[in-house]
Amino acid sequence: MQVDWQPDCSIEHLRLRAQTLANIRRFFADRSVLEVETPLLGQSIGTDPQLEFFTTKYFLPPSQQNLFLQTSPEFAMKRLISAGSGSIYQICKAFRNGEVGRFHNPEFTMLEWYRVGFDLRQLMAEITDLIGVLFAGKLSGDTESLSYQEVFLRFTGLDALDFHYENYCAYSMANNLPEAVSICGYDHATWLDFLFSHKVQPHLGAHNLSMVYGYPACQSSLARVNKYDARVVERVELFINGIELGNGYYELLNADEQSQRFDNEIAIRQQKNLPSVNKDWRLISALESGLPDCSGVAIGIDRLLMLLSNSSSIKEVLSFSVSRA
Amino acid sequence: MAIYSTNEFKAGLKVMLDNDPCAIIENEFVKPGKGQAFNRVKIRNLKTGRVIERTFKSGESLEGADVVDVEMQYLYNDGSFRHFMVLDTFEQYQTDEKVVGDAGRWLKDQDMCTVTLWNDAPLAVTPANFVDLNIVETDPGVRGDTSGGGGKPAKLDTGAVVRVPLFVQQGELIKVDTRTGEYVSRVKE
Repeated sequence: MQVDWQPDCSIEHLRLRAQTLANIRRFFADRSVLEVETPLLGQSIGTDPQLEFFTTKYFLPPSQQNLFLQTSPEFAMKRLISAGSGSIYQICKAFRNGEVGRFHNPEFTMLEWYRVGFDLRQLMAEITDLIGVLFAGKLSGDTESLSYQEVFLRFTGLDALDFHYENYCAYSMANNLPEAVSICGYDHATWLDFLFSHKVQPHLGAHNLSMVYGYPACQSSLARVNKYDARVVERVELFINGIELGNGYYELLNADEQSQRFDNEIAIRQQKNLPSVNKDWRLISALESGLPDCSGVAIGIDRLLMLLSNSSSIKEVLSFSVSRA
Repeated sequence: MAIYSTNEFKAGLKVMLDNDPCAIIENEFVKPGKGQAFNRVKIRNLKTGRVIERTFKSGESLEGADVVDVEMQYLYNDGSFRHFMVLDTFEQYQTDEKVVGDAGRWLKDQDMCTVTLWNDAPLAVTPANFVDLNIVETDPGVRGDTSGGGGKPAKLDTGAVVRVPLFVQQGELIKVDTRTGEYVSRVKE
């Protein structure tokens, strides 16, 4: 029997990964951002209904407890910042159940960093610097920043902030995506996910970094609402060559609002018969005690390596993808 | 029939879509980091041969289609139907020109081909990749021309017309690639 013991990636790509991680560490050391580690295995997990998590059993006889593999280090890192750590970064594994494909592996490497005192604009400037260092001239175009509304309008002619069911249906029928009508129904957020990933994202960041900011409020996640326009939130996504590379927020600080968003997501989980989760009270308490004003972003290191090496599948940059892990 | 979820959509899987049997060609998992997961699937309608793209919500499922490819010998054309036989079992199938389609111009009596069956009825016919056919009609070429440049049309015994080099003559047996409809070489009998 042929046993597939060999790595998925080339030895050359192992070196590229090591070099890239070294470059990232130097970048943050130069800027005095502290490297931290937080647990991969936690007692709480995010409530996001779009993220499926891994559950493990923790045996401590006579008791037994569920522990979860983190989908992102966000909550633990915010607790460190609330405790006075200042600006921090982390390179760690994150786990998302059921996600596998050309751009997905259920276990992947994430770079996440938080800048105390930065708003979204300042964070976007730092992202541009980091991408510039890592790609070292490999990107020919200039970085562009576009609002979600602007970019959605450009490629679909639809207003992302003003949901008109009939217009969205007419667009999908006219553009060979009739299935969108039954998949998305009357749910604005699903429509945005569908049309953005099919009709907008493929055009973003052709040989350059494209940052899309000002996400519609229905896709707020953990971002704070814009001060001047409640229809949008302070969230940014990064794209290069049509690949989603990262996601950042001007972080929500309000404990009550955070708690409310968790409750909403827990309710959606119940509606959809998804595994139930408990609200992370430790994060809520940290917010209550005071999370300093900060912005944070997470970047997928494996996808970054795909772009740096012109790989067409995430397997080409992983030592062992899940199929032979 | 079995039910297949989007995670099981592998190239070659036969499923029912819009009441037609289809084959999965490609399945791409598409998921915004903070959004709904989709599967963008390239799929061939086995009745029409048309390839379409269709998106599914991840976790949706389709019913499998009872579609199998069977090696058969092409027997003859009775004027309204073509007849095929499975050599092992002597089981015979007949089908009209609509199902045979373009494959008809490459089918010579006694040749082997692939017949795709859906619920045990012929759905499509695929000729062998290379077939040897006789030239029944072509203009005399220029003697001494072996360059193969240019070429001329030649009518074959199945009715197909292909371009052949000038030196190839009427009555000769030639090998043709049925996927491209192009002349490959002369065949020595």
